[in-house]
Amino acid sequence: MSTQETTTGGPSRLQQWRDRWNGMSRFQQWAFLVPLVLLIYALPVLNPPILSTEPGYTFSIAMFEVARYALVAIGLNVVVGQAGLLDLGYIGFFAIGAYVAALFTSPDSELAKLPYLVVLPLAVLVTMVFGVLLGSPTLRLRGDYLAIVTLGFGEIVRLLADLSPLRGNAGFQGVGQPPGTRADGQDVFNTSDGTPWYWLTVTLIIVVLMLVGNLERSRVGRAWVAIREDEDAAEIMGVPTFRFKLWAFAIGAAIGGLSGALYAGQIGFVNNQRFDVVTSVLFLAAVVLGGSGNKVGVLLGATVIAYVPLRFQSLYEYRYLIFGLALIILMIFRPQGLLGARQRLLAYGREAYRRLIGRPEQVSSDSALAAEPVKGAGS
Amino acid sequence: MLAAATSLVLGACAARTDTASGGDTAGTGNASAPDKPADAADPRGDGTAKCSGAAIAYAGTINGANAALGLNILYGVQLAVNQHNEANKDCQVELKQFDTEGTPDRATGVVPQVVNDSAILGVVGLPFSGESKATGDVFNQAGLVTITPSATNPELTTHGWKTFFRALGNDAVQGPAAAKFLTDNLKATKVCVIKDDSEYGTGLANAVVQALGDKASCQESVKTKQTDFAAVVGKVQSENPDAIFYAGYYQEAAPFAQQLFDKGVQAKFVAPDGVKDEEFVKGAGDAAPNSFFTCPCVPADAFTDFTNGYKQLANREPGTYSPEGYDAATILLKGIDKGITDRAGMLDFVRNYDGQGLTKRFKWDANGELTQTPVWSYKVDGGKIVKNVEIG
Amino acid sequence: MNHQVVTYLAEGVDWIRFDVDALLGQFWNNTIEGLSQGSIYALVALGYTLVYGVLRLINFAHSEVFVFGVFAAYFTFYGLGFRPGPTVTLGIGELILFLLLALIAAMAVSGATAVVLERVAYRPLRRRNAPSLVFLITAIGASFVMQQVLFIWRGGNAEQAIRLLRPEPVFTVFNTAVTNIQIITVLAALVLLVVADTFINRTRLGRGIRAVAQDPDTATLMGVNKERVIMITFLVGGLLAGAAALFYLMKIPQGASYQGGFLLGIKAFTAAVLGGIGNLRGALLGGLLLGVVENYGQSLFGGDWRDIVAFVLLIVILMFRPTGILGESLGKARV
Repeated sequence: MSTQETTTGGPSRLQQWRDRWNGMSRFQQWAFLVPLVLLIYALPVLNPPILSTEPGYTFSIAMFEVARYALVAIGLNVVVGQAGLLDLGYIGFFAIGAYVAALFTSPDSELAKLPYLVVLPLAVLVTMVFGVLLGSPTLRLRGDYLAIVTLGFGEIVRLLADLSPLRGNAGFQGVGQPPGTRADGQDVFNTSDGTPWYWLTVTLIIVVLMLVGNLERSRVGRAWVAIREDEDAAEIMGVPTFRFKLWAFAIGAAIGGLSGALYAGQIGFVNNQRFDVVTSVLFLAAVVLGGSGNKVGVLLGATVIAYVPLRFQSLYEYRYLIFGLALIILMIFRPQGLLGARQRLLAYGREAYRRLIGRPEQVSSDSALAAEPVKGAGS
Repeated sequence: MLAAATSLVLGACAARTDTASGGDTAGTGNASAPDKPADAADPRGDGTAKCSGAAIAYAGTINGANAALGLNILYGVQLAVNQHNEANKDCQVELKQFDTEGTPDRATGVVPQVVNDSAILGVVGLPFSGESKATGDVFNQAGLVTITPSATNPELTTHGWKTFFRALGNDAVQGPAAAKFLTDNLKATKVCVIKDDSEYGTGLANAVVQALGDKASCQESVKTKQTDFAAVVGKVQSENPDAIFYAGYYQEAAPFAQQLFDKGVQAKFVAPDGVKDEEFVKGAGDAAPNSFFTCPCVPADAFTDFTNGYKQLANREPGTYSPEGYDAATILLKGIDKGITDRAGMLDFVRNYDGQGLTKRFKWDANGELTQTPVWSYKVDGGKIVKNVEIG
Repeated sequence: MNHQVVTYLAEGVDWIRFDVDALLGQFWNNTIEGLSQGSIYALVALGYTLVYGVLRLINFAHSEVFVFGVFAAYFTFYGLGFRPGPTVTLGIGELILFLLLALIAAMAVSGATAVVLERVAYRPLRRRNAPSLVFLITAIGASFVMQQVLFIWRGGNAEQAIRLLRPEPVFTVFNTAVTNIQIITVLAALVLLVVADTFINRTRLGRGIRAVAQDPDTATLMGVNKERVIMITFLVGGLLAGAAALFYLMKIPQGASYQGGFLLGIKAFTAAVLGGIGNLRGALLGGLLLGVVENYGQSLFGGDWRDIVAFVLLIVILMFRPTGILGESLGKARV
């Protein structure tokens, strides 16, 4: 199929770079990664003039928003990129996480108040439960039917938030924050400074990346890929597809909930206005743009989706137009996303490859998703 | 006329009992609109002000979902600043604009920028209650005075923010006044109260229902962006009320009013300031003549100087809250003309301000609510919104 | 209101109700209104269903194809010299002529928009054999672009209503007046759907569409021009959306707004899935069902529940019939 030429012909430099990276030892990789991570941590403090979104939008909060999108993208990538389940209602889980945080910390809520740091794992737990609740009846559906059902679910969550127990547009005010006060008496975590929130989120992203990475290299990850590539074949080969799909759904949901709870904390205010289909679609766009199935890719995609509209605020009325055009053009010229998917299927894969064939692991550089013909769509 | 000097801590009850307004006798007749008060503050001042590097800001929706409302305010503010700067060559005040898109999460990213810009001495905004709630604390900590020309949620003044001032009556004022208009002026004994899902709509609907008591014979709700109201219209039709109060904005009110009319519902259609806009009159078509509005705003008919200036600037008629935006900006400009150069001075100035504006007398109580809040009713006549009577 | 029986779930719960009286009392009103709204859903749903059947693509931008039609109809009225305000009185001949002109304009604009959309956004992807997710994202991007074009051109406010025809009761059934607009909408939708159905099932071109839907590769080998079939599919979907646009504007004269297609698009797609995507008759059934049920839901549970009812219906039906009520068709179900 013509995919070969589009993928190998174009980004050969990317490919070289990637091979070199894969050839490095863990230690060498860390030597690159540690300064990079430090740089990422330092970004809101450095506030580089070219990158800065000010004076239109506070840079530290913009960075928090980027990080929040990145976390969402990682979670959604588990569902869409790894397991191949098209989820258009991911915003629902995000919203549930935000509302859990609000319900247990806001003075507007009648429920018992809990410290924010307790609420954070609680939000993860609750959204996970919702993931299972939604997943168990719907995961029998495939492809686009699943997409539309999840879209319906996301809308239902948003619409339910209109009802008076969830206060609709009036919302919950004074959502909790992690403890701590600065020298000048202000809270460390407050609504006008995004930096502590950004650090917290980046840290959580690293933790989540490690957990998800390990899952991917385990039996679970291999099952996901098998389901994504051909569900029927996987089923026949003895993969309990339903159980692993449910796993993907629940894990994805949990990460979405975590992001939602962080969002609620930073804004300090939750109402029903930002949990619409468009936002859900933007989440999905982040995953696909970056390269569905590639963790680095989706981080990049999330950065683009969250950052660009904030950076170019001065182009006010044209920014969504530019955004839409960019999506179309990018999809035409790089349909596999900015970085295509690649898959490490073996635990201790590096070791195994070296022993077996005496050279570094050759990672399949492009997603099977990208090579899949149009009609395949999992149906 | 303006006897409704209610104490506005939570003035819902007070506003109802206290209004010995002269409008009672007027039925639906024409009350005279207040002429532009002779002593109304003029942003031009005496033209001798001196200042340098001073700025005020408008923060609110410019391109967001309800941009029309935000632009009404922004142009009002811009007009005041332009008039000021033309008259005062030695005091050029800059107007800085910040787009919050009207949503809390954008606003929390934008407001720190307003606060960090030390040239800004005062802010007109934020227009909506939700975003005001989410960011009030930030302004308060920075000691930066904000005058909202349109956020009407009563709760906003209960947070102890020292920097929050409201340039119009809140829902707790308008609700009872609207109820009184429905029962006294329109002689309605059965009223259907319909609300949308906005904070504004639900808050106001509750205030109206409370004030109406058992005369609120049915309640229904609709959604923002809904266009097909068949089920609600059917419900209203079967109730056969004397009047309908719609708490929401004009985008939904126009098709709703028209669909009621098409179904032959004869009840008077009464709606608040969020609907009082030329857009509604055009949108509702045949149903418009049957409509009334309530608004905590003074008719702008007589403000010819303002109206002409506004038309020149914005290329359209002043809309809801344009005069409020103008008044709020004027107050801040007065402060700058007085030689105020820091935020503490401005805060002090606004807190102790007592002066006539275009729309009303501006004097605030300790919580940031106006001490006087006239509410007027309006009607549609010849395709235009014209003043009806003062109702509270 | 004395006879009104409202049962609350529990003391102090004001956010849900079971207003059986309203449901029964409003039953026929809701049914008739729902059928006319449902006809509009059905016409738009057909566009989703056809494209999905042939390309396996949720054409997210189809709602904007519809909105372009709404604007085309609006500006036809405007161009004919009508201005916002009260309904004008027209002779029956004039009225039919003007409405026909608007119908043609709306169908032409929507049809052309759909074809251009296919050319610019989707064809390059097909050339590259992009995965279906990429199509979806492109569709979303196209939807953004088309919305923003309207926004930049006309601003955020809806156009002020222009009406040529006021709804007048024509006859009464079950104590409920049926208006001229309702009759026109339902009848015209039925006619168009029958025409579309005949076109797909009885003509040569329609056979091509079915062949591509069933198996694109084999169809191509059999000499079917796939590109042409795809173009015609988009064209037919666009034409029907254009017709829906005029009926929508007649029903909701305030409907010409850049965001006006969003919710309607989601509902129409829901209708298509409800009936069984790829299935023309299913789209009609799903549209009518959705239109009626959301009115019932609103009467029974209250306004906040209107859209919730629609989506819950969707989920429940897919639970029990995973390919919709009538099942996938057009080609055949591919699972």
